[in-house]
Amino acid sequence: MKIYVPRDAAARALGSDAVAEAIAAEAARRGQTAQIIRNGSRGMVWLEPLVEVERDGVRLAYGPVAPGDATALLDGTLRCHGTVADIPFFARQTRLTFARVGLIDPLSLEDYAAHGGLVGLRRALAMDQAGIVAEVTASGLRGRGGAGFPTGIKWETVRNAPGPQKYIVCNADEGDSGTFADRMLMEGDPFCLIEGMVIAGLATGATKGFVYIRSEYPDAIAVMSDAVRIARDAGVIGASVMGTGPAFDLEIRVGAGAYVCGEETSLLNSLEGKRGIVRAKPPLPALEGVFGKPTVVNNVLSLATVPVILEKGAAHYAGFGLGRSRGTMPLQIAGNVARGGLFETAFGLPLGEIIHDIAGGTASGRPVKAVQVGGPLGAYLPPSQFDTPIGYEEFDRKGALIGHAGIVVHDDSADMLNLARFAMEFCAVESCGKCTPCRIGAVRGVETIDRIAGGDAGAIPLLTDLCETMKDGSLCALGGFTPYPVMSALTHFPDDFAPARKAAAQSAAE
Amino acid sequence: MTLIDSLPSDAALCAIIDSQMHLEGPLLPILHALQAAIGHVPEAALPLIAQRLNITRAEVHGVMTFYHDFRETPAGRHVVKICRAEACKAMGADQLADHARARLGVDWHGTTADGAVTLEPIYCLGLCACAPAVMVDGQGQNRLMGRVSPAAFDALLAEVAG
Ligand SMILES: Cc1cc2nc3c(=O)[nH]c(=O)nc-3n(C[C@H](O)[C@H](O)[C@H](O)COP(=O)(O)O)c2cc1C
Ligand code: SF4
Ligand code: FES
Repeated sequence: MKIYVPRDAAARALGSDAVAEAIAAEAARRGQTAQIIRNGSRGMVWLEPLVEVERDGVRLAYGPVAPGDATALLDGTLRCHGTVADIPFFARQTRLTFARVGLIDPLSLEDYAAHGGLVGLRRALAMDQAGIVAEVTASGLRGRGGAGFPTGIKWETVRNAPGPQKYIVCNADEGDSGTFADRMLMEGDPFCLIEGMVIAGLATGATKGFVYIRSEYPDAIAVMSDAVRIARDAGVIGASVMGTGPAFDLEIRVGAGAYVCGEETSLLNSLEGKRGIVRAKPPLPALEGVFGKPTVVNNVLSLATVPVILEKGAAHYAGFGLGRSRGTMPLQIAGNVARGGLFETAFGLPLGEIIHDIAGGTASGRPVKAVQVGGPLGAYLPPSQFDTPIGYEEFDRKGALIGHAGIVVHDDSADMLNLARFAMEFCAVESCGKCTPCRIGAVRGVETIDRIAGGDAGAIPLLTDLCETMKDGSLCALGGFTPYPVMSALTHFPDDFAPARKAAAQSAAE
Repeated sequence: MTLIDSLPSDAALCAIIDSQMHLEGPLLPILHALQAAIGHVPEAALPLIAQRLNITRAEVHGVMTFYHDFRETPAGRHVVKICRAEACKAMGADQLADHARARLGVDWHGTTADGAVTLEPIYCLGLCACAPAVMVDGQGQNRLMGRVSPAAFDALLAEVAG
């Protein structure tokens, strides 16, 4: 009997370690041999700890499981969901990037290979550099870190850049509130990211890779570090990729609590041991990246999607999606939702369907007030915009962004002025300090919103002007996009910025 | 968190610094290694790092202070980090933070009088689907908790800081 108890950080935060211990103790008490596998999460966080028991090749799912459920679980009397595929939230997904997450033992290369792992890499090893890049380009894959830049075009620039030393840098800084797909992938299928980075190396001639993981993710750092060691010992990476290819080795680096280091040039400075100040572009990192050498900087999800593209072919991947947004996006549904978690689906699903049908509305049972998509720099969308389909251009047309596809739901108790203030405060705390509109503007933004909260309606035009200045005068999207959550909150929820009206509405409600 | 009680000698500091010198761009790994071993980055280490890397002491200081993680002074025996970011706010993180500050009698970055707990804000732990979230301590010994109610927070505190 095999029993899967996730080691994913969210499962651990909901008690999966104690559940694993209780199951092991109960099995030992009965003299049963139970092999407990600490897998990644299936992504249904509201059911975590979600335990799967495999008998006769069928994996039955139970959850949320508490330590006290161990007896009923082993008796087979605990309420069962059937297999995960019987759960509608799971059944409705198209899992390409996340196909193995939660399915396999994250640190077993055998398990990885038994579920399609390394097929893409083997195919890439038989291709020339231009062929690999052409395949990635044809898939339509765009950067999943936020900017949506075509991955194949970035790789082509690095491939054509001269120089004996090139680098692949994986951006695993995942600082956006409401996002956790990078974390889940690294904890649940680390070899997939490694495989993607090796393929990027083959395609561009880079022989060294760095994974820059934020320090807020100790579990992901531990799993990735183990996986790199295992891959090196097995000869997947090292002096010769898979024993036949060129050299490629990997190193894990840990961030130090700076949100701005998710911006690619700031990240490169940080890797070099400098302050994480944003660099002006040009030069592009593709031409002068880390240590001044040509560098691919890609998000975890961009790189981890490459293996399945090579495995199944560009046309298969590009066959999913909407308009110029090809393939699938691992959506992260968070905040005040009944069913939060990771939902990978082809681009094109309307926002409202995700929030109401898939996530089941709010956790509190109250009406949805606003949804922030794309992290702290993303706009707040009111229910009137919930018909917007998930797609880069579709969101752009609404003055919103998909970013890293975090979807944070707020119920009607949310105070949009408070959230706008937080956006400015966050920008002030995290600004790298290079440009005045961001460094000083964000501090002024907090003060101005406090004046509005104090009843000074005359400060509203000041806030609008300040946002314009920040948009126009900031070098990167931290200063440049903070106005989006602020202005969308102000535009769609003006009552929250009128203290007298807000107080009246509140007393009327009571 | 502190693994070494008294301040280490220059030789011990140099040994930690040298353990990272084979890396490309070793400064952040050095600062992390010092903090992991000592609980903070002691003043005495800065000139030693500067000398090894052939940069000025001011540059080392500038890098260290840029990042929120590095501490110039020791923290309490446990560091409790409460997420302040949007998904957690949607599930009551502001109320949790108010409760924690009142309960511990400290503001953000403060350490309780008995030296047991330092309270830090954190901006997202990737636990946004089980918000609000808390992490106690860091690499290698971290405790995570999701859907943290004020009562659950008190229980967690009692457990870690006894
Ligand atoms: C303030 C700021 C923070 C960012 N944070 C991240 C991050 O945490 N992870 C990420 O992959 N990209 C982040 N980005 C985007 C990166 O600059 C860059 O576009 C991305 O890493 C490129 O990889 P991709 O093409 O695969 O998306 C951030 C950008 C800005 C301006
Ligand atoms: S906008 Fe802000 S974070 Fe970005 S470069 Fe300017 S000061 Fe730095
Ligand atoms: S916003 Fe709090 S854990 Fe992500």
